[in-house]
Amino acid sequence: MTTLNIDHVSRWFGNVVAVNDITMTIGPGVTGLLGPNGAGKSTLINMMGGFLAPSTGTVTLDGAPVWRNEQIYKHIGIVPEREAMYDFLTGLEFVVANAELHGLGAKAAQRALATVEMEYAQDRKISTYSKGMRQRVKMASALVHDPSLLLLDEPFNGMDPRQRMQLMDLLRRMGAEGRTVLFSSHILEEVEQLAAHIEVVVAGRHAASGDFRRIRRLMTDRPHRYLVRSSDDRALAAALIADPSTSGIEVDLAEGALRIQAVDFGRFTALLPRVARDHGIRLLTVSPSDESLESVFSYLVAA
Amino acid sequence: MYDPTVARLTYRALLGRRRALILGALPLLLIVIAVVVRVLVGADDQTAADLLGGLALATMVPIIGVIAGTGAIGPEIDDGSVVYLLSKPLKRPKIIYTKLIVAIGVTMAFSAVPTFVAGLILNGNGQQVAVSYTVAALVASIAYAALFLLLGTVSRHAVVFGLVYALVWEALFGSLVPGARTLSVQQWALAVGHKVTGGELITSDVSLTTATVLLIAVTVLATWYAGQKLRTLTPTGEE
Repeated sequence: MTTLNIDHVSRWFGNVVAVNDITMTIGPGVTGLLGPNGAGKSTLINMMGGFLAPSTGTVTLDGAPVWRNEQIYKHIGIVPEREAMYDFLTGLEFVVANAELHGLGAKAAQRALATVEMEYAQDRKISTYSKGMRQRVKMASALVHDPSLLLLDEPFNGMDPRQRMQLMDLLRRMGAEGRTVLFSSHILEEVEQLAAHIEVVVAGRHAASGDFRRIRRLMTDRPHRYLVRSSDDRALAAALIADPSTSGIEVDLAEGALRIQAVDFGRFTALLPRVARDHGIRLLTVSPSDESLESVFSYLVAA
Repeated sequence: MYDPTVARLTYRALLGRRRALILGALPLLLIVIAVVVRVLVGADDQTAADLLGGLALATMVPIIGVIAGTGAIGPEIDDGSVVYLLSKPLKRPKIIYTKLIVAIGVTMAFSAVPTFVAGLILNGNGQQVAVSYTVAALVASIAYAALFLLLGTVSRHAVVFGLVYALVWEALFGSLVPGARTLSVQQWALAVGHKVTGGELITSDVSLTTATVLLIAVTVLATWYAGQKLRTLTPTGEE
């Protein structure tokens, strides 16, 4: 059982506070580190991986400090966000080198490559790999020494849906085997599909922690705002306000649009097209006006 | 203190196609010039010493040193792939030490060996000129590799700084300001070379004792400090 303890950790760069007094415990299973871009996820992962000293606070793995402790890497596997990875090597050469650096041999490398199903391309140069293949070879290099903690920084960035599913399956398997797996992401759906446990970081602060359903509810229960343009705005407004899923509608004359506030997200999204059809109104624009991640997250922080 | 895997990765990165071309071009140029001079001027000890001192030791050795020394670690830090070395239970000084050995080997191979060949072509090692300059180049290779490996570890603009040091400080400043010559790898190497010839064809502004002490001090300190810097290096992210 491996537990990563982050205890009152802050990190600043000059006057900029990147991580602000975060305390969390990451235990076995898959944990998602969720937050918008620039929230401090990478800084936090760098500190968890022992590549950056906390300005204050401590990061420990089962009680052992992570910073300036090379021996800790016997237990940690790291999948960095960066693409660069000795492109002049073949996949096999790269993973073998990683195994050797752990004092292991080609056998461990071969097993890791089998785990990520990359044996078929192991003799090709890494420079010829697709994004998803690179990601899997990176995974293999992180798995050669059978680590109990796996840290992944934005592992799904730029992957196509099929590659994403494969990697999710793999991470799920790692979690089910009892490893402590932590990955960062700025996409809620990714985290939701994979992690039972979520840590949310916004603007360097620890905004929420716990079960994804609770966090999902926090995120979906807030009032949603939509900007809607239609062939008959007023008729549409009249029909919508009759339903309890909306709490307010403003006719924005300057914009030539309706500003709708919905309190029941699920019901409203089903209602809108039905009402429009029933009244013979054409919908021209339906856009969520505060769906940016930042606003979703800042709502969470306020909650 | 030497890790064969780190060495292999470093060699392959250093001797990748494009870098090997640059590394090979200068020695080739030196040998071509040596052949031309020999054909036009004939065997002359003073000419041989001038050419090996002015072109080989003063220009080629430091440039090769910059390419090999900074190239042994700089690109990995730049593109972030150094994280694959740092996320291993390896002592940081061991990584630096291994890379230093590789950088020294490459610098020697691409600077001292061609210096010797050019010396043989120029005057067939008359008055020990070829051997002396080769020894000087070997000695300089060690100090340059250590110095530029440190530079590659601490700076993203290591190649520029390295070339400025090699060309401006060593070549230009050193010839204008006498004091600057005391702090010049080239002069230290010349002091060792002078000892080997025993003659006046090779001279240095520093004594052999000073040169030896400074050569060792610079090499040891640079290597130690690079190891310390690597212990606290943060691989850069995408942001």
